[in-house]
Amino acid sequence: MHMADALLSPAVGGLMWAASGAALVVASRRVQQQPDDRLVPLMGMLGAFVFSAQMINFAIPGTGSSGHLGGGLLLALLLGPWPALVVLASVLTVQALLFADGGLLALGANIFNLGVLPCLVVYPLLYRPLAGRAPSSRRMAAAVMVSAVVGLLLGAAGVVLQTVASGISSLPLQSFAWLMLPIHTLIGVGEGLATLALVLFVRRHRPDLLQAALPARPARPAGNHGLRPALLGWAMAAALLGGVGSWFASTAPDGLEWSLLRAAGEPAAAAVPAAAEPWPAVKAQTSAAGLLGGAATLALVAGVGWALRHRRGRPAPPLPADRG
Amino acid sequence: MARLDHALQTLRALDDVAAGARNRGQPDPRALLLGALACIVTAVSFERHTVAALLPLALFPLALAIRAQLPWRLIKRTLMLAAPLVLMVGLFNPLLERETALLLGGVPVSAGWLSFVSILLRATVAVSTTLALVASTGMPVLCNAMTRLHVPQALSLQLWLLYRYLFALGAEASRMDTARQLRAGAQPRPSLATWGALLGQLLLRSVDRAQRLHQAMLARGFTGSLPSPALRWRMADSVFLAGWCSYFIAVRMLDLPTLLGQALLRGLT
Amino acid sequence: MNAGAVRLKGLRFDYPDGTPALRGVDLHISPGEGVAVIGANGAGKSTLLLQLNGLLLPTAGQVAIDELQVSRTTLAAIRQRVGYVFQDADDQLFMPSVEEDVAFGPRNQGLPPAEVQQRVQAALQQVGALHLATRAPWRLSGGEKRAVAIAGVLAMRPQVLVLDEPSAGLDPAARRRLIHLLQACVQTRVMATHDLDLVLDTCQRVVVMHQGAVQADGPAQQVLADAPLLARCGLEPPLSLSVRETSR
Repeated sequence: MHMADALLSPAVGGLMWAASGAALVVASRRVQQQPDDRLVPLMGMLGAFVFSAQMINFAIPGTGSSGHLGGGLLLALLLGPWPALVVLASVLTVQALLFADGGLLALGANIFNLGVLPCLVVYPLLYRPLAGRAPSSRRMAAAVMVSAVVGLLLGAAGVVLQTVASGISSLPLQSFAWLMLPIHTLIGVGEGLATLALVLFVRRHRPDLLQAALPARPARPAGNHGLRPALLGWAMAAALLGGVGSWFASTAPDGLEWSLLRAAGEPAAAAVPAAAEPWPAVKAQTSAAGLLGGAATLALVAGVGWALRHRRGRPAPPLPADRG
Repeated sequence: MARLDHALQTLRALDDVAAGARNRGQPDPRALLLGALACIVTAVSFERHTVAALLPLALFPLALAIRAQLPWRLIKRTLMLAAPLVLMVGLFNPLLERETALLLGGVPVSAGWLSFVSILLRATVAVSTTLALVASTGMPVLCNAMTRLHVPQALSLQLWLLYRYLFALGAEASRMDTARQLRAGAQPRPSLATWGALLGQLLLRSVDRAQRLHQAMLARGFTGSLPSPALRWRMADSVFLAGWCSYFIAVRMLDLPTLLGQALLRGLT
Repeated sequence: MNAGAVRLKGLRFDYPDGTPALRGVDLHISPGEGVAVIGANGAGKSTLLLQLNGLLLPTAGQVAIDELQVSRTTLAAIRQRVGYVFQDADDQLFMPSVEEDVAFGPRNQGLPPAEVQQRVQAALQQVGALHLATRAPWRLSGGEKRAVAIAGVLAMRPQVLVLDEPSAGLDPAARRRLIHLLQACVQTRVMATHDLDLVLDTCQRVVVMHQGAVQADGPAQQVLADAPLLARCGLEPPLSLSVRETSR
């Protein structure tokens, strides 16, 4: 799920932009330093591919729901973690600019949740150790599935934390987490299946494409101390999943329904969740002025708009037919 | 599949609007980009129960959209796409915040409804501002503006190539899926195996296409970077940016609608 | 003397997996000649063309443009002399506007802005696309894209013009404009094509390829009238020749 401007505060949005921005600056330098100039057109084309592929769903066997490609893991496998981040960031940017998927401020958070986390954290620290150097199909499948689910859960955790920290939504941490957990596990399974299907296809027909992401030594993002033995990788996966799961299931085991029941049945004061701020005393006069002023403002804005339009001489044209 | 066609249609429509807007002359795209960011940041910086004070911000996207001749249908369509998510999360607010915040002609309105409406307004301002920005500039110009604002070239070049080849690749993906659907009988969605084969093919063709693009670039002397046309910042652009930013600050600090309402009330009584 | 002579000597090319694509091609093209390379799909036409500007390098043998031999160190100079028009114009047009795309080549040649601008105008004029200057290339029709792609190559003032299936996907009017354009070109022209009627209208010489080797090399009228030869190579005589026969 993409983070939206409407649920963000400037502080949280700014912070996420700082984090993503830093990662992107490093990623850009790495890309520009690459001697192989085939990378540039390949990145552009794969970005367009990922964008298009995300829009075509498939049926997940046995559940009746559909899955789609996220692309982070696939891109990392084809290009390496740093170029993959740049490509994903470009996909997210186009989505934010042209399709209101996220927003300009939330873009930083989305690049972090859906780009930095899968490409710079999950891929090197989880997938590479799990898959090893020349994995069999089965081992690769396991590594892809685990990495996809963990990646999605981490991203979901990001959305939850950013939303709660911004304080615009009233959803408390536990409830929101309970809402997101099952959805994102399913999305993670979908992403894993999609990535796996494509990776196996590429491996069969163009195995040379997957070699590109395996350098002589593995990529070293900040904080990584080199290739970990597979055993440690499995232990990490278990710890991550266990930790994330227990955090979601902590002091409010009943989840969302419980909070809602409480809110409906109890006196108002007791039901205010921790995330909401105390409401200051409101004066009736201020309310009336606010109401009247609000209506008048809307009228004013609309009036200015009407005046501007008619000054232009003609109303907005209909959607043009495709000429391409 | 409709999603992809829908997206491509929106893409082309916005591309056309932006081309028209460019031909008619717009402020420097850097000014537009910074102004849009300022507007969005202002909108989300309000206290969470603010409703009326947010409204004057709508003037910025409105002015931009009119100048760019952005059709209302596009705005509406984009807003509808963005709405479900925001609605889903936002609707919990009225459920969770039950205290009465104000009385509307005797009817109590809870704080939750106020914050929900605030969320909707923020979403509307943010989405329409972003759309108006793109409609006024278009991706090529925006990518150039980003380069001129010192965004690393790798990023703006990537964004540019993605956008440019989205038209071709998206159309190809659409044709492939349509062909599949015509032979798929009653199943609208492909199985994983079919999907994998279909998109696997597209992936490999994309890689081949990238190679041909690379060859074409080399054949004309490509050395790793694309030229970016110079942008000239004029006095009018400074006035534009400074003017709107002052407006945003005033809107943020002053709760203009309430002031206006108070003035009207005084005038009426 | 920079005039645009193309010389291939014992040219061999194998794919990375070892499959031979070109089995020893010898060819000498004089400056200003118009040569068509024809053959069935997979005969090696495109592979041959890609050797001419060093996008592929020979496994054995030599490729020379005038006195300059194609090698890793001479690529930049070679690509100044040899302009390549790709089969799919979409692969070639990647700049935001037609003007900027046509200017890409001259700019990379290090020319001053005024000269670049002048070349862009001249090239667009030559292909009849001056009215498309500010348009976005990817929104043009097939014929318009092809014209702009050619302009982008002509703006670099090459001595040799290489075209891969130049008339593919063009409607009759666009195809006719292409024919006029090619007839007016003074550069050496080497084109790979299935459109044998185009060959008759624009090329004096035809080279027939089959399974990576040259099967015939002679005047267009003569080679294209040799039905048995063409049949052996998976081809047929052009329509206009048959018509001319019947109308005699």
